[in-house]
Amino acid sequence: MLIKLTGGTVYDPASGIAGQQQDLFIQDGRIVDAPTDGRPVDQEYDLRGKVVMSGAIDMHTHIGGGKGNIARTLLPEDHRLDPVHRTPVTRSGNGHAMPSTYVAGYRYAEMGYTACFEPAVLPINARQAHMEMGDTPIVDKGGYVMLGSDDFLLRMLTAKKDQKAINDYVAWTLNAAKGIGIKVVNAGGINAFKFNQRKLDLDEKNSHYDVTPRQILQTLARAVKELGITHPLHVHGCNLGVPGNLETTLNTIQGIEGLPMHLTHIQFHSYGTEGDFKFSSGAAQIAEAINQNKNISADVGQILFGQTVTASGDNMRQHANHRFASPNKWVCMDIECDAGCGVVPFKYKDQNFVNALQWAIGLEIFLLVEDPWRIFLTTDHPNGAPFTSYPHLIRLLMDRSFRNDMLATIHPEAQKMTTLASIEREYSLSEIAIMTRAGAARIIGLKDRGALSPGNFADITVYTENADRQAMFTKPDYVFKDGELVVRDGQVVKVTWGTTHIVKPEYDLSIENELKPYFDKYLTMKLGNFKISDDEISEDGRGSLTAHPLRGAA
Amino acid sequence: MTEITEVPSPFCGIGTDDLAIRVDGLSLQVAANGCAVNTPGFEQPITDTSPRVGGQAVDLDTAVAKAAALLRDTKQPVIAGCATDVNGMRGLLALADKSGAVVDNVNFPAARRNLLALQDSGWMNTTLAELKNRCDVLLIVGTDLEAFAPRFFERYLWNEQSMFLDNTASRDVIYLGKAPSGDASTSPAGKTATVLTCADADLPDVVAVLAALIKKQPVLAQNVAGIAVTDLQAVADKLKTAQYGVILWGAAALAYDHAELTVQTICNIVKDINLQGTRCSGFPLGGREGDQTANQVCGWTTGYPARVNFARGYPEYDPFLYDSQAMLANGEADALIWVHAFNVNAKPPRTTLPTIVIGRSGMTFEKEPDVFIPVGTPGIDHAGHAYRLDNVVAIRLKKLRDSGLPSTAEVLHAIEQAL
Repeated sequence: MLIKLTGGTVYDPASGIAGQQQDLFIQDGRIVDAPTDGRPVDQEYDLRGKVVMSGAIDMHTHIGGGKGNIARTLLPEDHRLDPVHRTPVTRSGNGHAMPSTYVAGYRYAEMGYTACFEPAVLPINARQAHMEMGDTPIVDKGGYVMLGSDDFLLRMLTAKKDQKAINDYVAWTLNAAKGIGIKVVNAGGINAFKFNQRKLDLDEKNSHYDVTPRQILQTLARAVKELGITHPLHVHGCNLGVPGNLETTLNTIQGIEGLPMHLTHIQFHSYGTEGDFKFSSGAAQIAEAINQNKNISADVGQILFGQTVTASGDNMRQHANHRFASPNKWVCMDIECDAGCGVVPFKYKDQNFVNALQWAIGLEIFLLVEDPWRIFLTTDHPNGAPFTSYPHLIRLLMDRSFRNDMLATIHPEAQKMTTLASIEREYSLSEIAIMTRAGAARIIGLKDRGALSPGNFADITVYTENADRQAMFTKPDYVFKDGELVVRDGQVVKVTWGTTHIVKPEYDLSIENELKPYFDKYLTMKLGNFKISDDEISEDGRGSLTAHPLRGAA
Repeated sequence: MTEITEVPSPFCGIGTDDLAIRVDGLSLQVAANGCAVNTPGFEQPITDTSPRVGGQAVDLDTAVAKAAALLRDTKQPVIAGCATDVNGMRGLLALADKSGAVVDNVNFPAARRNLLALQDSGWMNTTLAELKNRCDVLLIVGTDLEAFAPRFFERYLWNEQSMFLDNTASRDVIYLGKAPSGDASTSPAGKTATVLTCADADLPDVVAVLAALIKKQPVLAQNVAGIAVTDLQAVADKLKTAQYGVILWGAAALAYDHAELTVQTICNIVKDINLQGTRCSGFPLGGREGDQTANQVCGWTTGYPARVNFARGYPEYDPFLYDSQAMLANGEADALIWVHAFNVNAKPPRTTLPTIVIGRSGMTFEKEPDVFIPVGTPGIDHAGHAYRLDNVVAIRLKKLRDSGLPSTAEVLHAIEQAL
């Protein structure tokens, strides 16, 4: 079937198109050139006056894996406030802070998103992550596999194994757990907490392994680069949420020695210690460091006010923060000599000085980082806020007067501690399209997504132009996923199942000669049973795997 | 005959995956690493191969059509048991969503004790590999651990090597409440467990005193429920000086009113020890016959653990109201679907309502259900996934033989489609 999208105003930064009116054609799930052979158009959508972008991509959102399910189980009262009815095409469920998987897929699609990436896939919990993502409809998905607090890697570092051996282990793990990138959470810190260390600075040694976070980050960033994995090492830094962690973050940027590195939820790592409350914004220095270091990218992890739940692998920091839990209940886990997790509900309040300043710091970073290709729109769902708040966040970035109206309502001392009011920048539609589409696809290494050029998959979102950007981005007119109309007027009209994006770096099979006895002696599962097979993703007839090329490969 | 090795067990909950199974046609024999829980689970013979409607053998399509017909005009069906694998639970929840049913896991009354504690105040827990490599003090509360999981000690306490202990045989094991039923808790070097017994009903008092001692609150009593407070003080001291203490409990064994408060007290002890500068973790037993699987899949599908009602078109959770046994007894339901793919002895509750049983081949009944569809067992007749007791690890179950029996998921999906 040939579908024609006629006369839309197209924003496709990957192709250098910024607001030009043009037609698009879809056939067999892909965008194709205008037919020249006189083939009839089977279906036409008149998009004159409407804004057309590729489907949005959330490059950091906690939509799969055990910590999300702990968060769900922990908060029945939150679900009761947002029940989601079954319809003739959709399943029932619940929403808000940590929606059920079906609802997460529908709500992402209803906002024009067509791909979501889970950033904290514990290798031992990867099956669960894939099963949850497998029950998340419409959107494509993928995960970054967590290393850095796993005992096997730390043993290798203590034993001073060479980089090649590390690379083999990293590649083996990525293949076994089926991810598209590598994530580090509080490098070595989750492990150190198991030895009763309660904090771990960048150059502080693990009490058992004699290894520092800096060494872990350098080693893994090098592995990612040498294996040809497109997505840079995805780093949740040390000292999350600690006043003064600005210095740690700047040191981390310098310490990676030019290797590609993505710093996630940078907002939580950009705090100074100035002022009466010993808590201040480090946004200007952080933004400047990102501007100066082209090897660095970041997503913001914007906080927005209201009830949410924080779900993180960083149980060291989550344990430290549990006293702020609201409601007052929380979970920490140590997991399988592999990693850990912490789940702490939070209610961010605009009249709380720290929360209010956190809000301002995130926005400052968005607005002070110059290159939209290296900064990404996230709330670190659900940590900073549920992903359903993205349209509101987009308006804050695109509409200075709205932003300043909001600023005027927050804690007065926080208003004094931020330069936000003086920042004039307003994001353009092209810049929004970069940070939520083209840039995200590029940094994850997605081939054929995030752009509207012929040959790409037809993931397309159509909005009605509206000066109220929150209203505009809340309810797209049409969303096409792989060429099929899945959302009309902000409502799901058809349920499809996206693919799972992975990479498959090569490795020396002899790494299993070391891993097998390690599994037999110390772990609780046989090596063969640990590895996720392809059929586990596809056996129910809905899922599929899409392997992306490595850097330098054709 | 073939022998399949590294076989994971769907039966024991502790995720043993080192079984060797001899397969001879449809007959299975556990050749290595069996136990009192797993061996009968694997070796149960197949008897039924075809479904029955009203006691008469029919083909699968006929049985599915009859099941759908029974469900079609119901106002409040209940789907109970929920003992199956991940795909089985997916199918079950899809059918429940479409038919407006209550979903109720057979082990929920025990799991509820943990869930109420979790949903009120949370916890700090650990998993098997951490326990195997780090735990130097294990406190077992109110539970006969080796009866629950006969191989627990062999696999996770008396393992020859651990990453962080020089000598696993020197681990301290303390039983509080129940005494062990055998010798598995005695270390290979002959070190025996400390056993402080009391009646189940006295556990709340005993645990409360231990909690007070952990918090250094004054305790005037000399003994509680027959246990000397000085002995409890010694337990508190051991936990506080441990490298990595673990407090284990089996909610199913805490069979007294408001046992959730005991669970909560245990969880608070763990939190308090961590706040005082020592690492400690909790460890709830469970995972038998798919209970963690049911709660996990229901969790991501609905937001709630596996006692929910879809009657209003969306999932509602109430850990007491949607108790299938009570609903059947009170006349609140109008049809029963019983799903149990693991255990032929786990039979549906007595009821005069229309009853559909999707059960393991070999299940016998006092009263023949309206529809009985024998299904394969996950991990024997088809591949699948099951959750281990520590809730983090999903194990990949293997297909061991070609029995031709359908999976729970296939049957439930067919009924849903026919509805």
